[in-house]
Amino acid sequence: MALSREQLAQRVAQEFHDGYYVNLGIGIPTLAANFIPDDMQVMLQSENGLLGMGPFPLEEEVDADLINAGKQTVTMATGASLFSSAESFAMIRGGHVDLTVLGAFEVDCQGNIASYMIPGKLIKGMGGAMDLVAGAENIIVTMTHASKHGESKLLPQCTLPLTGKGCIKRVLTDLALLDIEDGRFILRERAPGVSVEEIVKLTAGDLEVPANVPEMVFR
Amino acid sequence: MSGFDKVVDSYEEALAGLEDNMTVIAGGFGLCGIPENLIKEIRRKGTRGLTVASNNCGTDECGLGLLLIDKQIKKMIASYVGENALFEAQMMSGELEVELTPQGTLAEKMRAGGAGIPAFFTATGYGTPVGEGKEVRQFNGRHYILEEALHGDFSIAKAYKADRYGNLMFRKTARNFNPMAVTAGKIAVVEVEEIVEAGQLDPDEIHLPGIYVNRLIKGTFDKTIEQRTVRSA
Repeated sequence: MALSREQLAQRVAQEFHDGYYVNLGIGIPTLAANFIPDDMQVMLQSENGLLGMGPFPLEEEVDADLINAGKQTVTMATGASLFSSAESFAMIRGGHVDLTVLGAFEVDCQGNIASYMIPGKLIKGMGGAMDLVAGAENIIVTMTHASKHGESKLLPQCTLPLTGKGCIKRVLTDLALLDIEDGRFILRERAPGVSVEEIVKLTAGDLEVPANVPEMVFR
Repeated sequence: MSGFDKVVDSYEEALAGLEDNMTVIAGGFGLCGIPENLIKEIRRKGTRGLTVASNNCGTDECGLGLLLIDKQIKKMIASYVGENALFEAQMMSGELEVELTPQGTLAEKMRAGGAGIPAFFTATGYGTPVGEGKEVRQFNGRHYILEEALHGDFSIAKAYKADRYGNLMFRKTARNFNPMAVTAGKIAVVEVEEIVEAGQLDPDEIHLPGIYVNRLIKGTFDKTIEQRTVRSA
């Protein structure tokens, strides 16, 4: 079975470490915040100028001056700090954020990512995604492995305009966890009940399949 | 106005000298921390042909989106322009020129503009459409593109509190692009929720010194929320 949104978020959260500063993109990455283990401290960075993002506010706590990068009202966690957009991207570009998780349309085996623009369709803009992929050492891209029509999104070469070049080393899809090394995907884990054959079939880019590919474990 | 007193009494006075075809740098992120009354004044004035640099262009009913109704913006420099039907229509018809700029690069372009740095190298956008036509250099084996500073004829910004000398304090994530936007305009106009006498702000707690501010005005704010998300108790 392909992973559900919750399972994807849960698997993302398994990449968190105690003391990590993490930037989570809109969508599934944001959901991962719900799966931070109780015995672990993780601080969430919101690129509009907040380090230490808390949960959504109670009705009476709503503050128009306190939002996240998705423009949703939020709260601040203990130890939070506030700063300008320039400061925010200084910490992103400067490599101070331990982990960045974001979505994409396509990824290729050269580590290129396309996530912000489909020519001919509406162009909304890259927001902070280009800065995030250029600045972070440790990035996880979350996406579906293939389109609804069964076309692979893990390609030999991205077809859409790039968000970043040669910057992605790890991809989590609804079917598998893969690393990108030396111009190829390496299959690290598969979703429970998903066969290696199915993943091979839906991966258009070069794919190395190690002898043992364990199933993901969810607690 | 005398000495360091930056306070003006009307929005008309605050934006005196803003003319057609000028460049305006605006603070705000989404609708958070936007200079909403200064934007309304630009709409009232009817200034046209503007180049506006701001992270977003408001929504159909709020913020910079209001300047689209009478097509006052000629060119928009922004990182994200979704959720705005009017913007989409004018962009598609070619009436509105759009220069998409990565968010961190946009912030740094404003900062550089205010800090006297003509350009800077960043890895952001290398190998993407953003990097096309820009100078590339390698440092320590990595590719960087040259991005130029932004300068405005005017900057418009929103702060929380100020003293009469224009020393500013921002509040929570309403800070966002505002401090850099202020520094990058030849005439920097800031609207705030409260103005106190000079000496009443703790100098250690001032986020942006008044040297960058030319005109200061106290306003009342709607503070429209784009995505009201709450949890239940």
